[in-house]
Amino acid sequence: MQHLPILPILLPMLAAVFMLLPPLSNSITRQRFFAVTIMIIIVITSALLLMTSHQQGIQMYILGGWQPPFGIALVADRLSTMMVLLTSILSLGALLYACAGDDKQGMYFHPLFMFQIMGINGAFLTGDVFNLFVFFEVLLIASYALLIHGGGKQKTKANVHYVILNLVGSSIFLFALGILYGTLGSLNIADMANKVRLLDEHGQALVKVGGLLLLVVFGLKAAMLPLNFWLPKTYAAASAPVAALFAIMTKVGIYSILRIHTVIFGEDAGALASIAIPWLWPLAVLTLIIGAIGVLASPSLRLTVANLVIISVGTLLLAIAMQRENATSAALYYMLHTTLITGALFLIADLISKQRGKAEDRFVSSRKMAHEKTLGIAFFIAALTVVGMPPLSGFLGKVLILQAAEGMTEMAWVWSVILLSGLASLVAISRAGTSIFWRHSKDSANTSSDPIHPMKIIAVVLLLSASPLLVILGGPVTDYTHQAAVQLHDTTQSVDALLIQGGNE
Amino acid sequence: MEAIYAFCVGILTTCGFFLVLRGRTFTVVIGLTMLSYAVNLFLFASGRLKVDGAAVLGQSAEYSDPLPQALVLTAIVIGFAMTAFVVILAMRSRADQGDDHVDGQAPSSSNDLNASDKRNG
Repeated sequence: MQHLPILPILLPMLAAVFMLLPPLSNSITRQRFFAVTIMIIIVITSALLLMTSHQQGIQMYILGGWQPPFGIALVADRLSTMMVLLTSILSLGALLYACAGDDKQGMYFHPLFMFQIMGINGAFLTGDVFNLFVFFEVLLIASYALLIHGGGKQKTKANVHYVILNLVGSSIFLFALGILYGTLGSLNIADMANKVRLLDEHGQALVKVGGLLLLVVFGLKAAMLPLNFWLPKTYAAASAPVAALFAIMTKVGIYSILRIHTVIFGEDAGALASIAIPWLWPLAVLTLIIGAIGVLASPSLRLTVANLVIISVGTLLLAIAMQRENATSAALYYMLHTTLITGALFLIADLISKQRGKAEDRFVSSRKMAHEKTLGIAFFIAALTVVGMPPLSGFLGKVLILQAAEGMTEMAWVWSVILLSGLASLVAISRAGTSIFWRHSKDSANTSSDPIHPMKIIAVVLLLSASPLLVILGGPVTDYTHQAAVQLHDTTQSVDALLIQGGNE
Repeated sequence: MEAIYAFCVGILTTCGFFLVLRGRTFTVVIGLTMLSYAVNLFLFASGRLKVDGAAVLGQSAEYSDPLPQALVLTAIVIGFAMTAFVVILAMRSRADQGDDHVDGQAPSSSNDLNASDKRNG
C-alpha cells in the first residue's frame, strides 16, 4: 500500500465533499451512516499506517513526485502515525456521540467535522513547515464553524475571541516562516535541520527570532501560559462532541513544538540548540499553576474539564522541556491518556448537564438525575483517571513523567508542581462529584427525564475504555512510545531518511 | 528600495497590531486585514527583492525565487477566506449581543472608547 500515508488526509476530505453533494446532503440519517462508516475506515487505515511505519521504518509520501527538499513530503514516522491513530479514535467517539442528536442543531455538522479531521491529520503527517501552516488553517476554519455550531450568545462570544486570536496567530506563523525561509532557503523540516547547523552568526540571530516566533504560535494553539486565557471559555461554550474533538487541538500545538524544537532546534543545531528550553521551563510550570488555580475556581463541570486540559498541557510541556528520550516517551504515553479521557469527560459533562434541568452542569443543588448510577460510574472512572489515581492510566502516565525527571536539577520543580496540580484536580473533581451527585433540592422529586441515547453511552464507553486498556497494554504501549521518542530525538537518522532515502512515491 | 519596503511592512504591522488591540470588532477586522497585507509583503521579501527578475528560467537575465510568490499566493487566498469569515462573524456577534464590542458589551459606558481599549480577550 504505497498510498497509505496520504489516506488519513484524503479519506476525510473526500467524505466531506461527498456529504455536501445531493444523495447525502439532504438526509441526516444517510450522512450519519456514511460518516460513521468512513470514520471506522479511517481508524483502520491509521492503525495499518502505524503498523507499517513501526515495522518498516519511516514512510515517505512524495506529493507530485518532486523529490525533497523541493517538493512537499508527507512523513509517517512512529510519532505522527501514533497521533493520527489517536485523532481517529477520539473523533470516532465524538462522532458517535454527535450522531445521537447534537448534529441536528445546525447545518453541515458532518462535513465540517470531516474537514477538521483532515486538517488535524494533515498537520501531524506533513514534513513541510508551510504545509503545516496550510493544514493549521484547514483545521482552524473548520473549528471556527464547528465551535459556533448550534448557535447562541455564549458560543458567538467565545468564537469572536477564538477567531481573532487565531488569526493574529496565523499572521505571526507566516512572519516566522518568512524569516526562516529568508535565511535558511528551505521549508522542509529535515532540510532546515541540516541548514541550521551551517549558519553564520548573522543568520543565527534571525533564525532564532523565527524559531521563537514559532514557539509563540504553537504555544497559542497548545494553550501555553500567557496565551491560554481563551481556552476555558471556548471549550466550555462548544457543544459536547466538538469540545471532545477539540481535546486533540491543544495536542496539535504540543506536537508541533516537539517536532520543530526537537528536530530543527534540537541538540545538534549548534549555536541554536535548544533555544526554546529556557522559555519552556518557567512557562510550563506557570501553566500548571494557572491550570490548578483555574480548576479550583471553576463554577461548572465543563469549565473544570477545560482547566484540566490546561493542566495536562502544562504537564506535557514540562516533559518536553526535559529534553530526554524517556521524558518524551512518558509525555507521549500521557498524551494518549489525557486526550481520550478529557474527551470522554466533556461528553459526560454534557450528559450530566442535560439531566439536571436548569442547573445544567453548575455546582449547585438541583433535582435528582434520572440515570444517576450510569453517569455516576462513568464520572467516577473518568475522575479517577484524570486525577491520576493508581489502577488507571493517569497514574501510570504521571509516574513515568516523574521518573523521567529523576536526577535532573529541576527535579524538585517538576515533582512538586505536578503533584500539587494533581492534588488541586483531586479536590476540584471531588467537589464536582459531591455537588452534582449528592446534593439534591428536596422538593423536586421530578426525575422523568429523557432516556440517554444508547449511541451516547457507546461513545463514552469507547473513550473511557482507553484508560484500562492503556494500563493492561502498558508494556507494548510504553515500548512503542519509547521507540517513537528515540526516533524523534535521533535527528540525524530521521533527517537522512527524509533527504537521502527518497522513498516510495 | 529595501529600506522603504521594510519601513512600509513595519508601519502596516504596527497599525495592524494597534487596531487589533482595540475594543470594537470593526477596528479589529481592519487591523487583521492590515496584518495580513503586512505578512504578504513580508513573505514576498523573503525571496529577496529584485527588479526585472522573472520567476521562470530563461525569461530574463536575472531570475527571482519563485517559491515565495507561491507562498504569498497561498497566504492571500487563506487570508481572504479568513477575513470573509471574520466579517460575517462580527456581524453575527453584533446581532446576537446587541453591541459591537469584542466582549459582547463595553466594560463601562458604551461611549467611552478609551476604556474599552486593550480589553480584547
